[in-house]
Amino acid sequence: MGATIIIFAASRVLGDPTVLLLPEEGYGLDSAELEKARQRLHLDKPVPLQYAFWVGDLLQGDLGQDLGDRHPISTKLRDKLPPTLRLGIAGYILATLIGIPLGVLSAIKRGSVWDIIGRAFALLGQSLPAFWIAILSILIFAVWLEWLPAGTQGEGFSLKHYILPTLTLAWLPAAGYLRLMRSSMLEVLDSEYVKLARAKGVGVNTIIWKHAFKNAAIAPLTFSGLVLAGFITGSVSVEVVFGWPGIARLAVEAVQTNNLTTISVITLMFTLIYVVANFVVDIIYGMIDPRIRYS
Amino acid sequence: MEQVQPEIALGGKENILSRVGEAFRRWPIVSIVIISILALVAIFAPLISPQSPIKNSVRDRNAPPFWYTEWYEENPKTTRTYILGADPIGRDVLSRLIHGARISMMVVLVATISGTVVGTGLGMIAGYAGGITDEIITRIVDIWLGLPFILLALIVAVTIGPGILTMMGLLALAAWPAFVRNVRAEVLTLRERDYVALARISGASSFRILMRHILPGVINTVLVIASLRVGQLILTESFLSFLGAGIPPPTPTWGGIIADGREYLRDAWWVSVFAGIAIGLTVLALNFLGDWMRDTFDPRLRQV
Repeated sequence: MGATIIIFAASRVLGDPTVLLLPEEGYGLDSAELEKARQRLHLDKPVPLQYAFWVGDLLQGDLGQDLGDRHPISTKLRDKLPPTLRLGIAGYILATLIGIPLGVLSAIKRGSVWDIIGRAFALLGQSLPAFWIAILSILIFAVWLEWLPAGTQGEGFSLKHYILPTLTLAWLPAAGYLRLMRSSMLEVLDSEYVKLARAKGVGVNTIIWKHAFKNAAIAPLTFSGLVLAGFITGSVSVEVVFGWPGIARLAVEAVQTNNLTTISVITLMFTLIYVVANFVVDIIYGMIDPRIRYS
Repeated sequence: MEQVQPEIALGGKENILSRVGEAFRRWPIVSIVIISILALVAIFAPLISPQSPIKNSVRDRNAPPFWYTEWYEENPKTTRTYILGADPIGRDVLSRLIHGARISMMVVLVATISGTVVGTGLGMIAGYAGGITDEIITRIVDIWLGLPFILLALIVAVTIGPGILTMMGLLALAAWPAFVRNVRAEVLTLRERDYVALARISGASSFRILMRHILPGVINTVLVIASLRVGQLILTESFLSFLGAGIPPPTPTWGGIIADGREYLRDAWWVSVFAGIAIGLTVLALNFLGDWMRDTFDPRLRQV
């Protein structure tokens, strides 16, 4: 609810969208057409009413039209959403597969070469701009070595097209998982019950996986919400640099062409995805860790 | 506050590498050196930079860095040797990087300070006042954190026009929620302390209590979060500039320089690469410093 107000305010109130429709600067409508367009978009009515119309339409499932080509936004979303989701899910799986085991490894071999490699990996992932990593990977693997394609243009989709974007997208969340897994693993390994288990003579591997890992994995799980927020930013950089035909690139293009209807809907959709995913994480969290009880 | 330093667990071993690592972790020497150099470069940018960041000569388009001596022999008409090469319209990359440092530092510094002040203030008010005030502030933070910031920033940059002030405002908006949450949590415990109650009994106003008795208790947390935030703000700034929603050209920004070179990777890799290294080094140094500050001053804060 609050989110719709902020998005609406950002897109409508800060600037007059009718300016975008003016003959010279905007989409080249003459004054009669402009008047019609204003009525169609309810721009002739007071701001609170505009807001009411927008939310009303959204609730009825009408996402509105693109300001530019007048195609309904919903069909655009249907085309662009799957590539983004495929990339996001691939990135998420990869981030978990890299971050969690490396985190455990650098915790149980604290101070070793593995630990240093793991932490360097994490620190770099959190410090280098994702869009630059994307560009650099294109430069190295596509331009210099010519191993992988630079973008998604050209002949169809293949696994090769996924390698660079997925790796780029996964690095930052993997770094976060690694650091959290490492610190929470270290904390658990220092706890009384692990010491007791060792004193009892339980094997090292059993302790690590059965006693320590299960408890330590809770912290990275709660972090999943933040990871998701990071994925939104990440997919913007990856999709823009690699020319991925997804929703984040559509959003950036919409901004560049002042397509406020499209960009508002996409922003709202990302917000919804984020809220729902956070809710799911909360539920899973409660199931895994019985100490958490929601009133 | 003592840090939770677990003993070396299960089969870890000390070696020289780890001891060097520990020494650098204890004193962030490298970070301090990098950040100091950067600050000096930013302050004295006009004195250091080899030439103006916006002066271009078409003849020198995509001139490579100085070690490509063959290229310079083949192209004797080049105005001069560019240390880090020239960009696609013939501007000196090094000069642009130096001036870009100035712009980025200024924008991020202002944004961090304003975000810190606003966030800390709201966090203290929320934690101290409680009740409906607390409820409203916490809700706003929750909603704000749920929004895809980058997209919102793009909308705002387009509707009110990109520029230095827009960028400062946007970055400040990105910075404040982290302060509210942590400061509020801290104040919730501080306000129950006896000395706060005594101050209230002796007739101190709420404002005075917040400033004199609560603020000193949260200042550590605030500094740690601020140091961890700066790096992220630099990344955000460079990303928005990269997308063209930042400070408009020809003003040099690091993100903008990466964007300039993006279409010319094959002919002039140096444009994008060096700017990225500059951003990476800076953020790396800041993150390292932030981690160190957290471990030293406020180990309970486990922020990723």
